[in-house]
Amino acid sequence: MSITLDSIKLSHGEFTLTADFKIKEGQKVALLGPSGGGKSTLLSTIAGFKTPDMGRILYNEIDITNMPPAKRPIALLFQEHNLFPHLSVEKNIALGINTTLRLSALDIKVVKDALYRVGLDGQGHKMPSELSGGQQQRVALARCLLRKQPILCLDEPFAALGPALKREMLDLVNEIIDSTKATLLMVTHQPEDASYITDQTVLVADGKAHSPIETTKLLANPPIALAQYLGT
Amino acid sequence: MAHSTQPIRPIHFILGGSAFALLLLLTLGTVIALWWHAETSVALTPSDWSIIQFTIVQALASASISILIAIPTARALSRRNFRGRQFILTIMGAPFILPSIVAILGILAVWGRSGYISDLMANFGVGPINIYGFGGVVLAHVFFNIPLATRIFLQGWSAIPIEHFRLSAQLGINTAGITRHLERPMLHAAVPGAFLLIFLLCVSSFTVALALGGGPKATTIELAIYQALRFDFNLAKASQLAMIQFALCVILGGLTILLSKPIHFSQGLDRKVERWDAREIQYRIFDVFILTIVCLFLFLPLYSVFIRGIIPLFTLPSTVWVAALNSITVALLSAIISVAMALTMSALIIRMAHKYQTTSQAMEIVSFLTLAASPFVIGTGLFVITFPFISPFTIALPVTALVNAAMSLPFSLRMILPAMIRAESHNGRLADSLGMQTWTRFYIAIWPRLRRPVGFSAGLAAALSMGDLGVITLFAPPDVATLPLIMYHMMSSYQLEAAAGVALLLVSLSLALFWIFDKGGRLEHNLR
Amino acid sequence: MNKLTILAAGLTLALAIPAHAQDLPKLTVYTYDSFVSDWGPGPSIEKAFEATCECDLDLVGAGDGAALLTRLQLEGTRTEADIALGLDTNLIARANATGLFTNYANRPERLDVPITWTDDTFLPYDWGYFAFVYDNTKISNVPNNFEALIAMPDDFKIVIQDPRSSTPGLGLLLWVKEAYGDRAPEIWAGLAPKILTVTAGWSEAYGMFTDGEADMVLSYTTSPAYHIIAEGDETKSAAKFDEGHYMQIEVAAKLASTDQPKLADQFLEFMTSNEFQSIIPTTNWMYPAVIPTNGLPKGFEKLITPSKSLIISADKAQMVRDEALAEWLTALSQ
Repeated sequence: MSITLDSIKLSHGEFTLTADFKIKEGQKVALLGPSGGGKSTLLSTIAGFKTPDMGRILYNEIDITNMPPAKRPIALLFQEHNLFPHLSVEKNIALGINTTLRLSALDIKVVKDALYRVGLDGQGHKMPSELSGGQQQRVALARCLLRKQPILCLDEPFAALGPALKREMLDLVNEIIDSTKATLLMVTHQPEDASYITDQTVLVADGKAHSPIETTKLLANPPIALAQYLGT
Repeated sequence: MAHSTQPIRPIHFILGGSAFALLLLLTLGTVIALWWHAETSVALTPSDWSIIQFTIVQALASASISILIAIPTARALSRRNFRGRQFILTIMGAPFILPSIVAILGILAVWGRSGYISDLMANFGVGPINIYGFGGVVLAHVFFNIPLATRIFLQGWSAIPIEHFRLSAQLGINTAGITRHLERPMLHAAVPGAFLLIFLLCVSSFTVALALGGGPKATTIELAIYQALRFDFNLAKASQLAMIQFALCVILGGLTILLSKPIHFSQGLDRKVERWDAREIQYRIFDVFILTIVCLFLFLPLYSVFIRGIIPLFTLPSTVWVAALNSITVALLSAIISVAMALTMSALIIRMAHKYQTTSQAMEIVSFLTLAASPFVIGTGLFVITFPFISPFTIALPVTALVNAAMSLPFSLRMILPAMIRAESHNGRLADSLGMQTWTRFYIAIWPRLRRPVGFSAGLAAALSMGDLGVITLFAPPDVATLPLIMYHMMSSYQLEAAAGVALLLVSLSLALFWIFDKGGRLEHNLR
Repeated sequence: MNKLTILAAGLTLALAIPAHAQDLPKLTVYTYDSFVSDWGPGPSIEKAFEATCECDLDLVGAGDGAALLTRLQLEGTRTEADIALGLDTNLIARANATGLFTNYANRPERLDVPITWTDDTFLPYDWGYFAFVYDNTKISNVPNNFEALIAMPDDFKIVIQDPRSSTPGLGLLLWVKEAYGDRAPEIWAGLAPKILTVTAGWSEAYGMFTDGEADMVLSYTTSPAYHIIAEGDETKSAAKFDEGHYMQIEVAAKLASTDQPKLADQFLEFMTSNEFQSIIPTTNWMYPAVIPTNGLPKGFEKLITPSKSLIISADKAQMVRDEALAEWLTALSQ
């Protein structure tokens, strides 16, 4: 599914952020930039949690600017608080299928498969507090998997993990994307993450979300704003 | 609970320990002093038992109904954004701080035989309503306590991470689902504490119960203590009844600590409402309905206080303004002491929790003692303790401030302790790693997180202190009056209109103090 | 910084105790709150006495009459009080039992209380009758005794006070007992459905009455005098009961532990003097114990005068009270 931001203008803290670009179907895009630049706000807007001051958002050329979050075809992963603490791992994942948690035998199998896919086989009965941070994020990923949405948004979900674990998670994300052919939007402030799995990067800096540029090209030849940020 | 690896330094023992010692002195100490002073001892009579029974039953009913109404009210407030929301929240603090006699007349102005509702009913030819009885008592208590319960639950709502709401919006969890997955766990944590807090407040109710209860069947333990002291000079009976109130408090306070998790003061009540559920019309109607009903219920009596008092307010004698100044002074003192005690006690509890879990829990229970301690026993006991050494007149205002501070301590502590725990867990280690010492550490690492709960607690303590008419009457020196005292003098001298003016002044000042402190706690605190 | 300044100012204010003249002897009188209030007799009395005594008079409010006695009992012989003013005859027995009081020196030549006064320790300063007060524009069919009150329709409501926490409440209790003796329980049972509620103090009850909650309130025959004289309002009247009305005689006494016995006696003499007594009617709203030379203020003649004055003697009052209270509780707890 393609995502188009048409003359978007949104308020972010004390300044405004403008965005005007298109992401093609199946692309893997990083939203990169310094902290406080507005990356998360932009993602929130795309997901429907914030309304832009001006402009439209289009999915596959359909205007969804006023569509509530639930109707948007997105699966979202936050940095933390992705799981409901009082529901078991299984139930948390099952929310991706059916929010009333009334599951058929088939549904249960699907959940188990997803658990297996993210490497948490057999941990379904555990409570989130019994898992480590990385494991919790995997559970959340499993749920994203189940939702089969054409767009996957990640908001720095692996920032708190160590480098090896992070790469494992990014590999998992890659696997999931490849099998579902979803469009990926990942907010990060680490250029290594961007280069690891994305092919395009949107630079969010100085009040503007620039058009996507091929990641490798961008990092090889960063514009001033990015260069300052990278320290090159 | 965050396990602080901070060592317990002498300063914590000294400050926190003194606060605890003071608390124990004021509560248990005064009862024991009274007992000691008593010459006879008595057994509990059947009428004592029926008083105890009535006290418990009305408190149970009042607490339950308050909670039942507060839940949908808090839910409505948490998911709707509208102009005047903040105003409603502030004014909701008023019933809680109203002096009893003002509240009684205010409630009767609405619900009495000659009140607004009876007048309305007369238009349909229906007789006046008669609330005097058990219903009247519960009505009054619910009036006092819905705001408190609502605020506690609203706190709970705002403590839910925003990601959960966004997630729910994302996953398409409907309103019923949000109730199930977000609200219920929060309520599980918040209801026991709220219930027990309100229960204890209702247990220690005094003249309101009798006036609206219709007759001596509606006597509470508190009133019985007052009568024992005044009618018979029966110190033994008074201290005995006070002990029973304590026992109730300790048992139930213990249950609170064990059953409930304190609510974190995370984002505050004025953050922008971000909810995507309950858009459907039936939920909107319900929310408007419940908010309207509750607001009417709370504001109509306040409105009558306003109407009655607004004209007399402008012709009050100058002594009233002097008394107002006295009241404010005592209130400020009270607020400072209350917050100081809560801070020092919290610091000690946190540090002790690491090694002495039970002791720190016991300390939390101790902080509840003042809720069920009878102000008369405290006042009289203090009097008995101090009188041999010092004239009560010279210590009147400080003592009043002190006792008022102790009375609002349960609230302060329940706000400040969780905030301090979080501050410790977030910034504590950082501060330690930077080698910050005690005062710097407190000021830079811990204090910024405490400003909100401290602001709220200080405001509450100040407001409660303004309306106090307990201890001051025993210690009141000849020329120094506080607003409630002057109001009471007026009422005993047929000056009912002037008293209404003073009542309005009192409520307005209390609310103003509360608002100032609360607002102060919410201001930006940037060390540039 | 601002907070600190406010705090400092506040503390200074709080701890500043009005400087009393150091050289004048001090006479401390414990009394009840409404006496001390700005609308009570206190300020005028203080001015008048200080003009003649070359002393400093301190009037201390200690609650109501019974609370006052409690306070003295708590303080014991260490009390700073030289005089207790504001007890009534129902408290005399308890007061005597404390042993804290001593006889006054000079008997006044004349006392205008309705009974012969023989007590050497306690000296009356004012008195009144308890009565039910009503709004004469709203009630035309006024009951003229307790049985007539019982016979009123059930939607006729009265508000009374709890005898354990209110002096008028106790007054009513003893009134019924004295007037009806063994029939008291029956009277209370009859009154119970008319009783709207029982309040802890007089103020709540009177406030309820003036708000129109109840048709009648237990108060004093002199309550209408306040409305007539101070407010020009003639709508309040007291109901005259033919059983007679129970009296409240308010007294003062000297503390045995006083360090100013001469001054105390001087005050007690002053208390029955014309100057003190003429202040009483329009500040304390009771009858003066000694009628002032200019007579009672205009407006007092409109008050009802009971045909009989009921009172239980001080020594019997305590016993009767306990029995009456038990009957009252039983009747009202049905």
